Amino acid sequence: MTAQHSRTPADGPWIGASVGRREDPRLLSGNGRFTDDLELPGMLHAQFVRSTVAHGTVTSLDLTAVRQVPGVVAAFSAEDLAGGGGLADITARLGRPLTEFVPTGMPVLARDRVRYAGEPLAVVVARDAYAAEDGLEAARVTYETLPAITSEEQALAPGAPLVHDEASANTLLDVSMFATEGIDETFDEAPCVVRVETRTGRQNALPLETRGVVASWDHREDQLLLQTSTQVPHQVRTTAARCLGLDERAVRVVVPDMGGGFGQKCVVGREEIAVGAAALRLGRPVKWIEDRKDALSASFLAREQHYDVRAAFDSDGRILGLDASVVCDMGAYSCYPFTAGIEPLMASAEMPGVYKVPAYRVRARAVTTNKAPTAPYRGVSRPQYVMVMERLFERAARELDLEPTEIRRRNLITQFPYTGVNNVTYDPGSYLESLNLCESVLREEGWYAAKEAASARGRHLGIGYSCFSERTGYGSAAFAQRKMEVVPGFDISEVRMDTSGALVVTTGTMSHGQSHETTMAQIAADELGLDIAKVRIHQGDTDRITYGWGTFASRSIAIGGSAIRLAAGKLGEKLKVIAASVLEVPAEELELGQGAVRRPADGSSVPYEELADIAYLKSHLLPKDVEPGLTATATFDVFNDGTFSNATHGVVVELHQGTGQVEILRYVCVEDCGVAINPQVVEGQTRGGIAQGIAGALFEQVTYDEHGAPSAVSFMDYKVPTALEIPEISIHHLETPCAFTETGAKGVGEGGTIGAPGAVLNAVNDALLPTGVELDDTPITPETVVSALEQTP
Amino acid sequence: MTDTTHQPRQQQLISLQVNGEHHELLTEPRRTLVDALRHDLRLTGTHVGCEHGICGACTVLLDGQPVRACLMFAAQAEGSEIRTVESLADGRQLSDLQQAFSEHHGLQCGFCTPGFLMLAEGFLAERPEASKEEIREVVASNLCRCTGYQTIVEAIDDCATRRRAALRSQLEGNGPEHTGPEHTGHQDAGHQNESNSETGPPRAACEEDRCGSTTRSR
Repeated sequence: MTAQHSRTPADGPWIGASVGRREDPRLLSGNGRFTDDLELPGMLHAQFVRSTVAHGTVTSLDLTAVRQVPGVVAAFSAEDLAGGGGLADITARLGRPLTEFVPTGMPVLARDRVRYAGEPLAVVVARDAYAAEDGLEAARVTYETLPAITSEEQALAPGAPLVHDEASANTLLDVSMFATEGIDETFDEAPCVVRVETRTGRQNALPLETRGVVASWDHREDQLLLQTSTQVPHQVRTTAARCLGLDERAVRVVVPDMGGGFGQKCVVGREEIAVGAAALRLGRPVKWIEDRKDALSASFLAREQHYDVRAAFDSDGRILGLDASVVCDMGAYSCYPFTAGIEPLMASAEMPGVYKVPAYRVRARAVTTNKAPTAPYRGVSRPQYVMVMERLFERAARELDLEPTEIRRRNLITQFPYTGVNNVTYDPGSYLESLNLCESVLREEGWYAAKEAASARGRHLGIGYSCFSERTGYGSAAFAQRKMEVVPGFDISEVRMDTSGALVVTTGTMSHGQSHETTMAQIAADELGLDIAKVRIHQGDTDRITYGWGTFASRSIAIGGSAIRLAAGKLGEKLKVIAASVLEVPAEELELGQGAVRRPADGSSVPYEELADIAYLKSHLLPKDVEPGLTATATFDVFNDGTFSNATHGVVVELHQGTGQVEILRYVCVEDCGVAINPQVVEGQTRGGIAQGIAGALFEQVTYDEHGAPSAVSFMDYKVPTALEIPEISIHHLETPCAFTETGAKGVGEGGTIGAPGAVLNAVNDALLPTGVELDDTPITPETVVSALEQTP
Repeated sequence: MTDTTHQPRQQQLISLQVNGEHHELLTEPRRTLVDALRHDLRLTGTHVGCEHGICGACTVLLDGQPVRACLMFAAQAEGSEIRTVESLADGRQLSDLQQAFSEHHGLQCGFCTPGFLMLAEGFLAERPEASKEEIREVVASNLCRCTGYQTIVEAIDDCATRRRAALRSQLEGNGPEHTGPEHTGHQDAGHQNESNSETGPPRAACEEDRCGSTTRSR
């Protein structure tokens, strides 16, 4: 299970090759087609009147003046759209008792109550986007303000005002799990107990393309067309149909090119539904493109969590137990379909991670506050709990006078499959090997010596690591275990070969930068022995594709890619059967390759074009019992605990005394995602993920004042790192193929983001060692670094 | 509920020179250059990421200089030669810069890419000898959320290196007549035409603030 670079014989020449991206030519030449690039005849433009208060009762909403603004065509409040059955709320549920989870409705437009600054109250539709903005300024809204709940402490304070009347103690989810018998005694008797309390900043996933939708009624199809930037097209269709009271057939969701998503677009947005409702009312196409201010303050945020975790160790540094409290500030609403439970449930289920933890107890809660709601964001709680675990091990190493890498080595899972205290079974990975390689790279490059030398000259260098695994390829079993009422998991793929021998492949996943048009084509091309130029991937159109779950949770290659391989395999069998009748030999003697069915025994072959010609245009030549046409469909799902990618990140930082800057001098990542379908794409996903992890560790945060006003409404306040902050990143690959995905691949979309905060924090704290100060909260700001360095040893 | 009754806002006739073509359009004075390019001229390759001059997705060349098209009114661009991402390729043949982005995986979702391409196109025309460090500094003018920037820097650096090599071999061998020899496989005819067009070479400009206002201090 260690570094294996060879491919299994079934793999062909495309899988494993850094095939150039098929998305690139259009995106490089300005021929991409993003949502805001769409222009329809008679199209109008929408913007939203949004609440200016964080918490209040709406006492009046007057749109009269709005409708008088030149260029404004219409303005709708919730009440205006309520006719004819009205607009149903978007309600995300878990199959848990009310003591564990409280469902709360998210109205498409707020009615009498607003719960965060930025909440949509009315939609203004105008001839152009400028006039729509003019219209917003004419809206008159009055509120009776209520006290704003802006922190977890306020939310949980006895007698606190309630954000949702039905959610007592402002708690949407409260679960206690595992509670290994005897865990209290374990902690009482352990020679070493360390504690980490950390708060992580509220972040924005921040796709560079903001959310947006063009809604239009198609008279010919008798259908509402929503062209929207979403990671989950079928879930948007289901929700839109239900909210608008339409048959699901009467809604078609088409996804144009997407400018990123990172999770923010894997939930249904209320604006998508409201714009659809406006288009239905007006009988004209309506476009909404979220502006950056709204994207920063009023869309879905993520990541604000509070951990208080203790770990017990024996005197040799072996972990004995883990006792955790996790509180996630989920903001004003539960997102659909994942609910406000997504972050706390992820943290509690997965926290032990790559370590052999014999005893575990966790209480995880989601609280609701008067801040913008949250959605999954790349990594979902794993960046935080990995950081907590890695801080615990570093702290224990200090207490026990062990090398930080040595204490990890003593605790990493090395025997697979391994079933943990959290009832999760981990498939084979290279946990120990990745740590060893990462450490040896930093040692051989001389960073340990450099640190010593720098320290002697009064400089502050530090080295830090994080070891982690990341569950990918969550199937329906895993999501059902989380008790989601809407249970994602499977993916269905259809392959169709046409008379020219070209192949169209459908996938229910939704690439938004991950290169699936290339990597999924590699999988299909290998399976059928086709030139990749003959393969097209179709995604993101609910009328062309069977029900799918979209792209999130690093599921697409592991699950969607497997469905593609299975479907292509089925088609290959059919091609062989037809060829067998042409060649008058048994099908078992035939192979697929170079665009033809081949018989190695005598070198004879039948090109796919010829077989397709028979299948479609000369079906009388088909063997008995073989149906005309060349299509095949397959489904793939994961019925075990999924497959775990893993990595070790090693970071060297220097802290600058005067400015408080944390400069990253070296970043090394050793990753293992099983078979890499396209190594260049894997590196791209990893580097980009690490950049977002660094962003969370050092730069990005949305804070709120005591009235619930968000601090970051522009890029002047929300500090997205640039090429000067993100360092070069060196990536090393190990390969432990997954035994049960069809390609041996594991997911790779989130790992970079998961590993970075822990490694960066550990490096910063290593540099701070002489000061005695430890920093556990993110983002680490220059102010905290300056004040830490002012502490004399 | 119809918009035809409303009095139209005051409009003005402006003319824009974009990618070598002359356009006349009737716009409100407040219309930004990026909106005029995207929605009036339907050149949608230029993107809008923030509308306040930070992200750089809307970067175009104005008389050879990278500018934020979201920070300018369309009317302010009258009399200037504008170049957008649509000008880089020659038909279906990508330019050497575009090919370098693809080879180095310098784009993922592709939303920021046109801005980076135009930023690099303007910068390399002015500083063909730029070091990788200088390139990284210029790349820091724009935001990318997908790549972590490294491959963007590498793509631009590789393109610059190949252009320099091509120029050297030309000076040594074939004479200084044209910009790049065919054998590099990365110099594209359309690009040559562009740089030899009537607009002439980009004018020199100050290096500190190429994009009119953008990098923040931390």
